[in-house]
Amino acid sequence: MADTPKPDELSKVDHTPPLFKGWMDTPVEIKPGIYCYGSKPKDLKYVDFPNPRDWSPVDDDWKLPENWEEIVHEGFKDRLDRFRSVKLFMDICVRCGACADKCHFFIGSGDPKNMPVLRAELIRSVYRKKFTTGGKLLGRFAGARELDEDVLKEWWYYLYQCTECRRCSLFCPYGIDTAEITIFGRELTNLLGLNTDWVAAPVANCYRTGNHLGIQPHAYKDMLEFFTDEIEDITGLRMDPDYNRKGAEILFITPSGDVFADPGTFTCMGYLMLFYYLKSLGLDITWSTYASEGGNFGFFTSHEMAKRLNAKMYAEAERLGVKWILGGECGHMWRVINQYMDTFNGPPDFLEEPVSPITGTKFENAKATKMTHIIEFTADLIRNNKLKLEPSRNDNLKVTFHDSCNPARGMGILEEPRYVIKNVCNNFYEMPPSTIREQTFCCGGGAGLNAGEDMELRMRGGLPRANAVKYVHEKYGVNMLACICAIDRAVFPDLMQYWVPEVEVTGVHEMVANALVFDGEKERTTNLRGEPLPGMEDEEDV
Amino acid sequence: MNFVLSILFSGFAVVLVVLIPWVGVWAFDLRFFFGVIVPYLAMATFFIGIVVRVIDWGRSPVPFRIPTTAGQEWSFPWIKRNPIDNPKGTGGVIVRMIFEVLLFRSLFRNTSLEYRNADGGLRVNYEWEKWLWLAALVFHWSFLVIFLRHFRFFLEPVPAFVTLLENLDGFLQMGVLPLNGLGIPDVYITDLLLLAAVTYLFLRRLYLPQMRYISLPADYFPLFLILALGLSGVLMRYFIRVDITAVKELAIGLFKFSPKVPEGIGVIFYIHLFIISVLIAYFPFSKLMHFAGVFLSPTRNLSNNNRYVRHVNPWNYPVATHTYEEYEDEFREHMIEVGLPVEKGIEPEAKAEEAEKE
Repeated sequence: MADTPKPDELSKVDHTPPLFKGWMDTPVEIKPGIYCYGSKPKDLKYVDFPNPRDWSPVDDDWKLPENWEEIVHEGFKDRLDRFRSVKLFMDICVRCGACADKCHFFIGSGDPKNMPVLRAELIRSVYRKKFTTGGKLLGRFAGARELDEDVLKEWWYYLYQCTECRRCSLFCPYGIDTAEITIFGRELTNLLGLNTDWVAAPVANCYRTGNHLGIQPHAYKDMLEFFTDEIEDITGLRMDPDYNRKGAEILFITPSGDVFADPGTFTCMGYLMLFYYLKSLGLDITWSTYASEGGNFGFFTSHEMAKRLNAKMYAEAERLGVKWILGGECGHMWRVINQYMDTFNGPPDFLEEPVSPITGTKFENAKATKMTHIIEFTADLIRNNKLKLEPSRNDNLKVTFHDSCNPARGMGILEEPRYVIKNVCNNFYEMPPSTIREQTFCCGGGAGLNAGEDMELRMRGGLPRANAVKYVHEKYGVNMLACICAIDRAVFPDLMQYWVPEVEVTGVHEMVANALVFDGEKERTTNLRGEPLPGMEDEEDV
Repeated sequence: MNFVLSILFSGFAVVLVVLIPWVGVWAFDLRFFFGVIVPYLAMATFFIGIVVRVIDWGRSPVPFRIPTTAGQEWSFPWIKRNPIDNPKGTGGVIVRMIFEVLLFRSLFRNTSLEYRNADGGLRVNYEWEKWLWLAALVFHWSFLVIFLRHFRFFLEPVPAFVTLLENLDGFLQMGVLPLNGLGIPDVYITDLLLLAAVTYLFLRRLYLPQMRYISLPADYFPLFLILALGLSGVLMRYFIRVDITAVKELAIGLFKFSPKVPEGIGVIFYIHLFIISVLIAYFPFSKLMHFAGVFLSPTRNLSNNNRYVRHVNPWNYPVATHTYEEYEDEFREHMIEVGLPVEKGIEPEAKAEEAEKE
C-alpha cells in the first residue's frame, strides 16, 4: 500500500492543465494510492461474471479476453440502444466547462481528466470514432480516437475515480450526469472482467450471505446481541430484536456496515433502541439475516447486478409476509430504492402502503415502493410528540450535517434529517451553502472507492468536504459530523483524522438514541460510545 | 492536438467557408448555385438531420427515472418542498424545463473554484460566477431575436411582431451612437450583443486554462462560424449595403419554392448566405443539437415520483438471484443452532449422518 502524503503536501494542488500537450496525447499513468486492487477470480465466478482471473491494474498485461474490442463495441452499441441517457449524453455536451471545477476529485487532485467533462470525453472520443461519421472521417479533428489497450486502461482508471455523486449534473445546463456515464463505463469494463476487489468481493458476499461483509446468519445475530448487551450496560434494559420473524408488520433493512464497524455500530444500536422504545406503542418489526444489506455494491458494477442484489428486499418481505419495509440510514441504498427498486423488482403488490403504526401517518410518498426511510419515520414520530427526548444528553456535541450525495441529489431528503437533529441535540451549525444540500460534496469514498489502498485518492476526493467541516470547526467549534449514510460513516473517520482530527462522525440515530428517555431505564452516565454524558464526567461508572 | 492546432484548424475551415462563395460568385458567377441550390441542400440537411437525430434518441428508451433532485422532495405536509427543483409531477417538470430552456437555470448555479494554499493555510472557496450564464443567455436570446428579425426578408407583408421587435431592438440605440445621422441605419442592440457574447465565449475558452484544455475544434468551429455570420451581416447592414429588394425577392422565391436569382446582389450577401447554410447543415451532426437534446434529458424532464408512481423499464428482464431457499440450505444448521427460524428443519437423513459423524 502506498504511503499517503501529509496534508500539507497533498493540499498543494495545481488546477492548471498543461498548456500545449493535449489530453489525448497524455497517456494514462496508473498511480499507487489512487487505484484500487483488481478483482479476484473467485468473486467474479460466484456471480458468473466474465473473465475471472488474477490481474493487477499496474501489470502491463491485463489478461483481457482475445476479442475484447468486439465485446466493448457490442456492449457499447447495446447500451446506446437501451439507455437514452447514454446516447444523449454522448451527443449534446458543448464543453462549456460549468462542471469542470465542481468535482471533488478534480478539486482535490488537479488531475484534468477528473474534470467531469473530460471523464466523459474519454468515452465520448471513442464513441465518435465508432459511431459517428464525422469521427470516422476526421479522427482527432472531430475529437475522435481509436479504442486501444491504453485508452481502455485510461477509462478504467478514471471510471474508478468517480463516486457517482452527481454534483456535476446539478450544474450542467443539459443535465448531463457523469454518474450515468460512469455506471455505463463500468458496465463495459465489467464485460471484460475489470472490476476492483473492493467492489467485486462485497458483491459476491452480498449475493451469498445477504450482506456485503459476508456476515453469516448466526454471526449477524451474534453481533446484534453484542449491541443489546452494550445497550443493557448503558440503560439497564434488555432490548432484544426479532430476526426473520414471519407475520411481523414491518421488515427493517439497513446497511451491514452499521453492524460491523464503529461508528456505524452506534447508529445500529440507535435503531435497536428506537425499536424497543416503540414496541409498547405498537411497533411490530423484524430484522432479516437474508435481506441483511441495505446497500448495493452491485450498483457500482452494472444495472443487472444491482437488480440481482436488490431482489432480496422484496423477496424477503414477501416470504415473511410483512406489510411494508423500513430502511436504515444509507446513501446509495436510497438512490437504488428511490430510483430503481420498483422498476427493477416491483411491483410489490403483496405489500401495503406504509403507515406508521405509532402515529397513523400514511407515508404517501412511498405508496408504490412500500419502503420508507427511517429518517422520515423518526421525523414523523418527533413531530407527533411520540418520543420523550432529552437533547441535553448530546450537549457535548456541536453538530454539523453532511448531506450524503444520493439522498440529496437522487431523492431530495434534506429537511427531515435536520429536523431530527435539531430535536435531539442543542448545538447545530450548517456548513457553507455551496457545500450542503443539493450542492453537497461527496465523502470521497462512494461508489465502491472506500478501500484502503486508494487512501490518497480518498483524502483528495474528500478535501472539499473536509475543508467545509474544518471551517465550521474553526468558526463554531463543531466536533461532530452527522450523516445518514453508512459509507460516510466508514469513510469519514479516516478523512476527519487526516484533515480535521478534532471532529468525529455519527449517524443521526445514534444521537436520537442518546437523547431518548426510556421508562424504567437506569440513570445513564455514558452515551452509546461509553463516553461520559455531559455533567456525568465524575461518575464512577465511567 | 492542442488548442493552437484546434483554433488553426477551425479558423482555417471558417476561412474556407467564407472564400468558397466569394470565389464562386465573384470569379465564376455561380449565383444560382450559392443562392438557391446550397440553401436548399442546407435546409434539407437541417430538417431531415434534426428529425433523424431526435427520432434516433427517442428510439432508445428511458429505462429508469433518474431526475437530479435539486431541492427538498415531497414528504410531509409540514415540510416545505421545492416543487420546481424537485418536481412531484408533470406541472413541476414543465416549470423546471421552462426555467432550464429559457433561463438556463442550472448554469445560473455556476460557481468558480478559488483554491489557495498560501501561508495562512488552505483556503477553498466557491465564488460568484454568473458571467458564463450571462454570456450564454445574451448569446442565445440575441440570436433568437436576430433570427426573428430576419422574417422581414421572408414574409410579405412583414408581420407586426417583426416590426415591433425591430423597433424595440433599434429604439434602444436611437441617438446613443454617434453613427446616427451619418447615413448608417439604426444600430440593433442584438447585433452588438451577439458579437460581444460570441467573442466572450471564445476568449473564455482561450483564456481559462481548464477551458483551453477541454476545448475541441468542434467548439471553436461553430463559434468562428457564428462570428463570421454576424460580422458579414453587420457589414452588409451598416457598411457594404446590398439591394434589399432583390434579396427579399430571392428569399421569398426560395420559400415559395419558385426560386429565381435577381441581378445585382453583392457578393457579401452570398457569403452571409453560405455561412448560414454551412451552419445549419452542420447543425444536426454537432454539439449544436443540445438545443433539442435539452428537452430529452432524463435528469431534468422527469418527476421525482418513483416511490409513489411506478416507472416501467421496457426491456426489464428476469435475472438470476440467490433465493432464500438456497441461502437457508447453506446456513440451515447454523441458523437452527442459534435459534433463528427456518423454513425447513434438518432432514432426518442429514440428522442421521450427523449423528454418525459424532
